[in-house]
Amino acid sequence: MAISVQLLDTPFNPGALVGPFTNAHPGLGGVCTFVGEVRGGNGVEALELTHYELMTRPGMKKLASLAAQRFGLMGLLMVHRTGVMHPGEPIVLVSACAQHRRGAIDAVDFCMDHLKARSWFWKREKRSGAGPNGGWHWIEPRADDHTDLARWQ
Amino acid sequence: MVTLIFLGKLADLAGEDTREVAAPLDWDGLLALCDTPLADEISGERVKIALDGDVLADKTTLAALAGSEVALLPPVSGG
Repeated sequence: MAISVQLLDTPFNPGALVGPFTNAHPGLGGVCTFVGEVRGGNGVEALELTHYELMTRPGMKKLASLAAQRFGLMGLLMVHRTGVMHPGEPIVLVSACAQHRRGAIDAVDFCMDHLKARSWFWKREKRSGAGPNGGWHWIEPRADDHTDLARWQ
Repeated sequence: MVTLIFLGKLADLAGEDTREVAAPLDWDGLLALCDTPLADEISGERVKIALDGDVLADKTTLAALAGSEVALLPPVSGG
């Protein structure tokens, strides 16, 4: 069972990571990959993610181990960006491989819900325009994030 | 010294990401170091406090010794 957790402060190419990850697990029955990107529109010019080294990486590793065990995975790759990003850039990648599709799909869903609502990241976005609507704004957690999380309890 | 780490919007309120303060540090001592808007925010139930990477179940029990790191954690928004 191979678990890889990465925090990156520069842009990454999801395909370049998923290919080798898949090849490293011969005999798998299914791979599921989710890539989250910075959404365009609504005047969003940039997004910045802050993390806390002492807690963010250990928390992600714990989540990855939990998911691997719960869904009987063969391998799990979890990559998260920090720093400033622009619309269209990947923020997060979760890829899971398992002997059967359900484990892989559910593991990715589980990891994403926990990354959104429970992991130690703080997000702010820069919006175009002058006045109070423009500039940097911290993003508050959404109620949906917690509803999504409750599905796994 | 104790290192304070301000995360997310708390860094904006504090005007800095980190601050070195005298040890030891408890909850009342922490609030006394912060100006009113920051102290109000930290007192709110949505802000958690971690001592050396572990979240305190009750932040008012904070007892940080010299060399420790106290992180002030507002609600997260990842992914």
